[in-house]
Amino acid sequence: MKVIKPPLPSEDKRWKIVDAKMRRLGYAGHALIETLHTVQESFGYLDKEALSFIARALRVPPSRVYGVATFYNFFSLKPQGVHTCVVCLGTACYVKGASQVLAAIELYSGIKSGETTSDKQLSLLTARCIGACAIGPAVVYDGIVAGHRTPDNAVEKLEGVIGDGA
Amino acid sequence: MVLEQLIAITEKEKKARKEICIRCCMAAGCMSSRGAEIKESIEKAVSEKGLQNRIEVRRVGCMGSCGQGPMVGIEPAGLLYQHVTPENAASIVEGLSGGSAEAELGDPKHPFFSRQKLIVCANSGRIDPERIEDSIEAGGYLTLQHVVSELQPSQVIDAVLKSGLRGRGGAGYPTGLKWGTVAKSPGTRKFVVCNGDEGDPGAFMDRSVLESDPHRVLEGMAIAGYAVGADQAFIYVRAEYPLAVSRLQTAIRQAKHHGLLGNGIFESTFNFNVELRIGAGAFVCGEETALMASIEGRRGQPHPRPPFPAESGLWGFPTLINNVETYANIVPIVKKGPDWFASLGTEKSKGTKVFSLTGKVRNNGLIEVPIGITIREIVEDLGGGAPDGAKVKAVQTGGPSGGCIPVEHFDTPVDYESLVGLGSIMGSGGMVVMDEHTNMVDVARFYMQFCMEESCGKCIPCRAGTVQMYELLTKIVERRGTRNDLEQLEELCDLVKHTSLCGLGQTAPNPVLSTLRYFRNEYLELLNKEVQESGSSGVQEQKT
Ligand SMILES: Cc1cc2nc3c(=O)[nH]c(=O)nc-3n(C[C@H](O)[C@H](O)[C@H](O)COP(=O)(O)O)c2cc1C
Ligand code: SF4
Ligand code: FES
Repeated sequence: MKVIKPPLPSEDKRWKIVDAKMRRLGYAGHALIETLHTVQESFGYLDKEALSFIARALRVPPSRVYGVATFYNFFSLKPQGVHTCVVCLGTACYVKGASQVLAAIELYSGIKSGETTSDKQLSLLTARCIGACAIGPAVVYDGIVAGHRTPDNAVEKLEGVIGDGA
Repeated sequence: MVLEQLIAITEKEKKARKEICIRCCMAAGCMSSRGAEIKESIEKAVSEKGLQNRIEVRRVGCMGSCGQGPMVGIEPAGLLYQHVTPENAASIVEGLSGGSAEAELGDPKHPFFSRQKLIVCANSGRIDPERIEDSIEAGGYLTLQHVVSELQPSQVIDAVLKSGLRGRGGAGYPTGLKWGTVAKSPGTRKFVVCNGDEGDPGAFMDRSVLESDPHRVLEGMAIAGYAVGADQAFIYVRAEYPLAVSRLQTAIRQAKHHGLLGNGIFESTFNFNVELRIGAGAFVCGEETALMASIEGRRGQPHPRPPFPAESGLWGFPTLINNVETYANIVPIVKKGPDWFASLGTEKSKGTKVFSLTGKVRNNGLIEVPIGITIREIVEDLGGGAPDGAKVKAVQTGGPSGGCIPVEHFDTPVDYESLVGLGSIMGSGGMVVMDEHTNMVDVARFYMQFCMEESCGKCIPCRAGTVQMYELLTKIVERRGTRNDLEQLEELCDLVKHTSLCGLGQTAPNPVLSTLRYFRNEYLELLNKEVQESGSSGVQEQKT
């Protein structure tokens, strides 16, 4: 039987990247997590359209795609802000005062961890150790790690990061 | 690739070496403090002074003292600069050509360095992790060549067994026994898996090894594949480690390109392919059966063992699963012999262990020490004690599955059994130091919150029990708890420990149990005195 491949959801070139990933893994069911990673990397988050496309392309039930996408913390089903700020709350950072750093950032940005500001400029997240324990408390601004954070210098840096992009 | 080519690469590299080598740490810690800019500014200074023929500027992995980073090392002078900035980096070159360097000098003779015994980290901070030629010059893949052309698989397994190596992922199961089981298990295919999920929040040994010497791990995995009869492997690395992922991708590509991975390795019939799988932020995926479910593209939920992965693992085939550091020990064991390895460590725990020493301690960083060293030596001699004149109170090992060891027990030698005796575990190597300002009940609550959020929800004791225990701990931390609550907490610990399906639930009570054992007073002090006496809750509300 010839397997019919579903058409790409749109002309958007990013779907080609996603398709290339699935092809490399032979459109097998076990490619699911790798494919979700690629979609999230390319589009920033996973929307319904993406999930159902992946389900058809890999021939796995949509329930499983949804189940996997929601099981893993790394996947986001909502669009993220222009900038992201991830505060590490791992043990090493925690004993050195990461919760005060987070509180200062929450106060400054007016959002709680897991939320995005209403102007879509900033998403605030927390992490379970990013492996920078020796220089904790650590905060990741737009993918770049900064160590030795205090409530003051963490907010200062955040102001800079948001300012730059605006 | 044949042996002659390997030797030719080594010769060529040796010839290309220059009189002086400036090593710039470009592992994640130092990179986050502008490590890349530092290397650029040193390179610029070297070329401005026209010293390119005398000085090599090399990207290297972790030198260990991440807390004092960014680090720059000078060979052969044996100098170590710390807290280097892109601004003062150029002066290091000045220092080499008669002038004076402004950068802060570190002390390579400090016990932090001198008390270490480097086996796993021998190449860390010395070779460029993005150049396979550097690894080869350091002897990389020679052991694999020897194994596939001269040893029988059973001889390799015997060597690992004799070395006494135990798994470094936490449980300490004898590696040689596991390899033997996989080798004996019938199956038309077999797999090798490397566990690089490193979920303990506060630990970064595996990240460092993968970022600093990825070929060491790949070579160890290939030797394992040869020994157990597997031709396909997966390395599972957590998504939080992008640099480790990219260095591994580079390493796998280079090794394939040179024919050191792939089909017909060293002109033998041995095939070995390695694929990378990226985790997606679920702690439970460090558990071996959950990890395999994740590789298969499913939700990372554990399943009951037996069957063990060694008999029925990935897609039902016999699967060998070991930790990153376990694989990194294989090459030295085979190369220097099991007796040499077994001469290090204690009677039941051989070799060295890599720890990440963090928290309230002066020297934060990565250390590799002989097993059997005391906790005191690690915390006080290597770590330099607590900063700012504070007193160290305890050290946490084993992360959410482990416990807190109080200062009274600091003379205990670190090995698998003695840490279990103290109510903790060796774990994967996280060591978080706590000082007198740390509230131990809060620490217990911190870990319980972690387990509650990371519980996969498959079995009820863990799913519901962790929530209950977390709420009880919160009540106590907020001074609303009663004696009853404390009793209930202890009962729940016992229940969850004995009835959960996987290691996450079974060990989730450990941080509570160990803090209760050593710091019971801190719990009692937090109990609400009024409620305690009247025996009923709600008194506090009435009071105001
Ligand atoms: C909840 C949980 C988390 C675990 N996390 C890890 C981990 O991050 N890394 C690891 O190597 N082993 C981890 N393990 C242990 C693995 O299940 C397994 O025993 C180990 O990978 C075997 O390798 P080893 O024998 O080389 O230690 C974890 C176990 C449990 C129960
Ligand atoms: S003990 Fe916890 S993590 Fe393990 S299977 Fe049960 S619910 Fe999942
Ligand atoms: S605990 Fe924050 S980086 Fe490890």
